Amino acid sequence: MKENNLDIQNPILSIKDLSIAYVQDKYAVKNVNAEIERNAITAIMGPSGCGKSTLLRAINRMHELYPNINTKGEILLHQENIYKMDTIKLRRKIGMVFQRPNPFPTMSIYDNVIAGYKLNGVKLKKQQRDEIVEKSLQDVTLWSEVKDSLFKKGTFLSGGQQQRLCIARALAYNPEVILLDEPTSALDPIATARVEELLVELKKKYTIVLVTHNMSQAARISDNSLFMYLGELVEYGKTNVMFTNPIDSRTEAYLTGQFG
Amino acid sequence: MISITINRNISPSIKFKDNSNLRKLKNRIFKIIIIILSIITISPIVLILSKLVIKGFRQINIDFFTQVAPDTFEAMMAIASGDVIPGGIANGITGTLLIVIIASVIAIPIGVITGVYLYENQGKKYANLIRNLSDILQGVPSIVLGIIGYLWVVLRVTNGFSAFAGSVALSIMMLPLIVRSTEETMKMVPENIKEAAAALGVPYHKIILRVMIPSSFSGLLTGILLAISRVLGETAPLLLTTLGSSFINLNISKPTSAVPLLIWNFYNDPNMINLIWSSSLFLIGLVLALNLIAKRIIARREK
Amino acid sequence: MNSEKITKHVLFTVSLIILIISTGILASLIKGAMPAFKEFGLKFIIAPDWNPTEGRESYGALVFIFGTITSSLLALILCIPLAFSTSLFIAEYFKKTRIASILKTLVDLLAGVPSIVYGLWGFYVLRPAIISLGINDQGFGIFTSSLILAIMIIPYATSLSNEVIAMVPDELKEAAYSLGATRLEVIFRVIIPNARSGIVASYILALGRALGETMAVTMLIGNANVIPKSIFSTGNSMASIIANQFGEADGLKLSSLIAIGLLLFAITAIVNAFGKFVINKLS
Repeated sequence: MKENNLDIQNPILSIKDLSIAYVQDKYAVKNVNAEIERNAITAIMGPSGCGKSTLLRAINRMHELYPNINTKGEILLHQENIYKMDTIKLRRKIGMVFQRPNPFPTMSIYDNVIAGYKLNGVKLKKQQRDEIVEKSLQDVTLWSEVKDSLFKKGTFLSGGQQQRLCIARALAYNPEVILLDEPTSALDPIATARVEELLVELKKKYTIVLVTHNMSQAARISDNSLFMYLGELVEYGKTNVMFTNPIDSRTEAYLTGQFG
Repeated sequence: MISITINRNISPSIKFKDNSNLRKLKNRIFKIIIIILSIITISPIVLILSKLVIKGFRQINIDFFTQVAPDTFEAMMAIASGDVIPGGIANGITGTLLIVIIASVIAIPIGVITGVYLYENQGKKYANLIRNLSDILQGVPSIVLGIIGYLWVVLRVTNGFSAFAGSVALSIMMLPLIVRSTEETMKMVPENIKEAAAALGVPYHKIILRVMIPSSFSGLLTGILLAISRVLGETAPLLLTTLGSSFINLNISKPTSAVPLLIWNFYNDPNMINLIWSSSLFLIGLVLALNLIAKRIIARREK
Repeated sequence: MNSEKITKHVLFTVSLIILIISTGILASLIKGAMPAFKEFGLKFIIAPDWNPTEGRESYGALVFIFGTITSSLLALILCIPLAFSTSLFIAEYFKKTRIASILKTLVDLLAGVPSIVYGLWGFYVLRPAIISLGINDQGFGIFTSSLILAIMIIPYATSLSNEVIAMVPDELKEAAYSLGATRLEVIFRVIIPNARSGIVASYILALGRALGETMAVTMLIGNANVIPKSIFSTGNSMASIIANQFGEADGLKLSSLIAIGLLLFAITAIVNAFGKFVINKLS
């Protein structure tokens, strides 16, 4: 791995010698080392099949949903190895937003926002629930659009609204880190712009890790970038430096559109 | 750019009670319950098959296929002298074949043609009506179709119990299954094959006979085999229509036996009770073999 | 007339057969049942007596309607936990594994066992077990026939629910997992709410199957023409009374049996139509 002048003090996450195989000895992620900066947007880039989604999912152990997964190495959250933690507690601290907006179709907008509490059996008073719903929806700038239809199903919203609802659902459960897996790939340019603005604002309170296949998105909003290729972390550094001055020839080839 | 202000970390006041151990325990217990109940679900079929094999296998020999069923006196004498009950189920096997073949001859053409009609007229009101009626027919209890076989054929056509009456009842059972499977397989034939034939000026009936039916043949065959296997073991409608016979009968207007009817007779005759297991084993073997062949065809088609 | 028109006419004409058969079944049953309804009126449906003594003949369907409905509902209640677990086993816990496909094959085999073989097995295996458990002395009754019916309808109760459970999108399950839900919580908060109508429909269709089953019930229900005192008592079902008495019946008794057939046809048609309605709402 090549690193440009990246110097992360007091990282929130440290990925150490992480390797992940879905099939025996066929690694989707190979020996990755990286530290994730607090209150920053870190973008993971690379051509499809490079392991970027697997790496992201490994951070809240969602990759373990597939059977026969083999994970080596560790990820430290506040110096604690997440592979020794309870997944219930881990996923409270690390929330996730997916590629396609996936509000629960059987729940209202309101229930979608507090789904984290409901699913985990946390009993809330009505006043607490109302407060969480209102503030979470305000944080994703959805409140004014939906405040009169909170008890309608979330699926009638537009794609961009649905994705912001999904971000609100992750925020409502009060995580420290939010993982986003190509969150705008199913959205139109205007909805994409709104989500991007939102992420830039959210990093003041949260640490954001974002997988994207869209290089200009990474350039626009991320602070740091990882470039992965064939499961390896090729290059990691300040986004503005990497985009103007890539160290590795493969990074340069990718950024100049020679493959992807 | 719209201005966004992030309020704060949400409700830090909310205290989380650590319930994760209890939840994980519940999760594990639930999975164990699912596995146990699933094992209970499949145990009857394993028990039934093993019971039939263990109790029925000994009775199956050449005579079993070539001799007609014994009468109760012969069976009693054999039991008294400690011999194997003589005879077989030849009258049942021939009867079942006769009844099911006639039922198929009635049901297959009507079912396939109706299926083609439904496929050709997707979305039309009358076609939807026929499809719904066919679904209703599929749900009619077989005993009710026995009554129909009696009212329509026994009373009016053959003036007495007959193989044909049973065939009519069974053909009504087979019909909706064949209609449905024909329509479904036709839907899987690529549209362009049909269009290519039409563009060459092939007449409509030849497109159906030479293009549609051949290219969905394996699907049609599967549907037909499953429909046959569905009626092979039917007893109730035959009680009301074909009645049974102690001889091999190949006249469709006369009472006829069938394997399930023989099982019913053996069950009701204390002297012949030993024959129920071998007959059941034979019947179930026949049904499962047809099912297996049908599944093989499906599996090969999916490849 | 050209050949295309002729072909279309042939197709249409043959399709009429389904229409003729369906209306014919209904018409014949009504015609056959007419003498009984003329004699007893609609009270036939709620009359509890079945008395074939000449001169004092009196027939009613209530005992059999009651027996059919209680044994089928009880069968459904016994079937649901088994069918539900099996569906989760096949379509969720062990989805796409070898063990799931073996289990599915075995469940499908259940559908291939003829009713009369279930009856035999029930008579020679289940009934002695019930006697030895002390549930009742003879081993016959509503409960015994419900037990065998429950096994018989499992394939119908699982086939559609397997499909709808497997169809719940992974993205929804992942969303719940990412919020910290356990698998149990994902099943009850995400999978079941999303697959609900399909699961319900498959249970309704299974109930429709149970209502019309004849031989296995005839061999186990006890054939006592009385309203059962409890689920462990003997009773009789609509299909069984037809199977048992149709052969030697004539006149008013025959008409009464056909009337029971008509009622059975109506009940199963209503249940099946309701199941189809739920399925259509699904898509």
